[in-house]
Amino acid sequence: MSRIGVFVCHCGTNIGGVVNVPEVVEAARHMPLVAYADANKYTCSEVGQASIRDAIREQRLDRVVIASCSPRMHENTFRRTVAAAGLNPYLLEISNIREHCSWVHSDSKDATAKAIDLVRMAVAKVARHESLLPKQVGLTKRALIIGGGITGIQAALDIASAGHEVVLVEKEPSIGGRMSQLDKTFPTLDCSACILTPKMVDVAQHPNITLLTYSEVKEVRGFVGNFEVDILKKAKMVDYVKCTGCGTCWQACPERIPSEFDMGLGSRPAIYIPFAQAVPNKPVIDIANCRYEKYLKWKETEEGPEPPQCRICEGVCPTEAIDRSQKDEIITEKFGAVVVTTGFKTFDHSVYGEYGGGRYPDVISSLELERLMSAAGPTGGEVLRPSDGSHPKNVVFIQCVGSRDDKVGRPYCSKVCCMYTAKHAIMLREHDHEVQCYVFYIDVRAGGKDFEEFARRAQDETGALYLRGRVSQIYQEGKNLKVLGEDSLIGRPVEIEADLVVLATGMEPSDNADLIAQKLNISYNTYNFLIEAHPKLRPVETQTDGIFVAGTCVGPRDIPDCVAHGGAAAAKVVALLSQDSLTTDPLTSIVDPMKCVGCFACKEVCPFNAIDEQVTRDKRTIASINESLCKGCGLCVVACRPGAVNLRGFTSQQLLSEVLTLVRG
Amino acid sequence: MPETSAIVLEPTNNFLSFVQSHTGENITSCYQCGKCSAGCPTAYAMDITPRQVMRGIQLGLKDEILDSSAIWLCVSCQTCSLRCPREIDIAKIMESLRLFSQAEGRPPAQREIAVFYSAFLQQVRLFGRLHEIGLAITYNVLSMHFFNNIKRLPALLTRGKLKLVPQRTKGSSEVRQIEARVKELERKSS
Repeated sequence: MSRIGVFVCHCGTNIGGVVNVPEVVEAARHMPLVAYADANKYTCSEVGQASIRDAIREQRLDRVVIASCSPRMHENTFRRTVAAAGLNPYLLEISNIREHCSWVHSDSKDATAKAIDLVRMAVAKVARHESLLPKQVGLTKRALIIGGGITGIQAALDIASAGHEVVLVEKEPSIGGRMSQLDKTFPTLDCSACILTPKMVDVAQHPNITLLTYSEVKEVRGFVGNFEVDILKKAKMVDYVKCTGCGTCWQACPERIPSEFDMGLGSRPAIYIPFAQAVPNKPVIDIANCRYEKYLKWKETEEGPEPPQCRICEGVCPTEAIDRSQKDEIITEKFGAVVVTTGFKTFDHSVYGEYGGGRYPDVISSLELERLMSAAGPTGGEVLRPSDGSHPKNVVFIQCVGSRDDKVGRPYCSKVCCMYTAKHAIMLREHDHEVQCYVFYIDVRAGGKDFEEFARRAQDETGALYLRGRVSQIYQEGKNLKVLGEDSLIGRPVEIEADLVVLATGMEPSDNADLIAQKLNISYNTYNFLIEAHPKLRPVETQTDGIFVAGTCVGPRDIPDCVAHGGAAAAKVVALLSQDSLTTDPLTSIVDPMKCVGCFACKEVCPFNAIDEQVTRDKRTIASINESLCKGCGLCVVACRPGAVNLRGFTSQQLLSEVLTLVRG
Repeated sequence: MPETSAIVLEPTNNFLSFVQSHTGENITSCYQCGKCSAGCPTAYAMDITPRQVMRGIQLGLKDEILDSSAIWLCVSCQTCSLRCPREIDIAKIMESLRLFSQAEGRPPAQREIAVFYSAFLQQVRLFGRLHEIGLAITYNVLSMHFFNNIKRLPALLTRGKLKLVPQRTKGSSEVRQIEARVKELERKSS
């Protein structure tokens, strides 16, 4: 026979002001199996907890009901309390008579009656509780980082410096990400490459970091501490052991392809590094565009005219590093934690027909302007109009292109455009003192350290004229562009004859961000931004344990925020990997092997991929629960038709006894 | 602003640089919060508000600003200048705009106010100080509001508030010198 103790909390006047607590205590004393009942002013206080511990010892209680606030508030506190008195912490039931009773009722009589019912249900349930023991599982002390932009670089360096192994996977031939494409950074006008490349080199040289460029994550299995990841290493056709990065091959290659890194404003050869400071500073062969690879492909079918054979790179390479025998390869690695830092791309402005829909060569995106301003860019840092190569004097900037616009499905603010446009206005004037900039804006959002001052500098010192309004139309007139908008501050339309129009295109997640999220079983929103576990309190965690997110794949943010975010994710990973084993919550589902018919309806509904297949000794395939993955949501219990699945701590028997107690009165 | 035609923006804004260099005030720094206009005691009577005056200068709308009634209805109470978060002395700019408008020989949008200013200065020029009856007569005649405030005359006279005979200050010649000096400075600066 159980000896149940009931402890009712006044919670000051939170409960006691509405519910008649002495009446509840008195009622509890007469409930079946209740050996002891008492009240406390504040049960969560040290005095309140001590009174529970004393009562357990003195009254020889073996189960406890605490009628107080929501279990979300203090269940863990009280589990520790009963454990300190020698009871299994799962022989405790919390009856929520605050949020579910006193806070939502004003009539004292009814509220007291309801509180008594709630306590009676909890007593009936706790009588069927069993001792549960958490399990320990081992973990692999390695971290995988997906995406080698500034966020991934920061996370990799921080985790590696804490002494854990890191594998950094990047789909491009070099790490560096979007930041490497920028010329300067606001609000300090630091040269982007100057502050980024030392970190890139640190990554390459760190003994704990393995860099896998030109690689992609294909599949992820397992659970926190024990992930198994398939990584596709695309064929580089260059032996990186032999290659010294001397550059002879890419200078000799006769093929020219629009450079992705230069946003198509410049060109690159078929064997290439994306930019001069690339890490690793060794080339890959772009198979789709290489002349010899095209020839080999032609040879298979011999359809159409014979393309020229080339193989110049092979001829000039002093170390014979070109290796055409390389094939795409999939490797499988084990990790304890994964950080997703897949970054962003800029909005494609060609959907705006009123801005030319991409027809006008002198209407460019802000990232294209970055490349034009960069000394390492296609024009050597001279800002020239794409149409005729002249120096633009009248430059119009349009903000919120692909941001704050429901029409194009992008209602959110991209956060960085106000500041980078101010930077562009300041820098264009530095490049050429005759430049007059006009900025069409809706609001200037300059929240951040030194940001407002920087945005003002564009107007006060560089004389950029800020016009509040969205541009309605751009059209070509002769060599120049006519820009029509309204200055809504004065309430009149304005017309500007511009040499160059720069569209401040917003941020959106990189291609395939949704596919990566699906592989990792984490959530993403309608724009494919990844969803954090809590937007304020758990900003780098996800709903899947062991998977962390950081940087612009979560939402628009600037470089300082990305660095902080990457560091935050690293801290979480380090905290996880510094444990020698992981404790799992015992409140998981269990399968009764005798009842399971192997229909796997449970597997279909499980949101955490926690159901595995298992073959019994009598050769039946039945479901089994991976307790490390199971979150105890109970969906499988509902889905199971033979009733083979039960949820520990919330078994069907426990819930039924609660309901029966209630209906029988 | 009643005008609704499109403003064609030119790369050089001469009006803005002119006003900025003559007032020493940084008008580009105005971020159009409207605190000046909200606190202005005479803005209700203006055709455009002080905020719109600042924006007009930023956009180079010279004619619309110099021909506005706003610059004449400003009473230089300095509320705007005191409160401006961007530390722009708006009252000073308004005063300068009146001078620029006069210097260009533009007909003032509020003729009576301009008349009052010149009648006032005429009295100072003549006597070195203000002669109230002289000012009242000059203003009423020039503004053609002949019987303006006439009802108040008996009470003011019987209580000795108005002197019929003008009084001269001891320094009237110095006051004239001051005026001459101001004129000379204005000539040099324009």
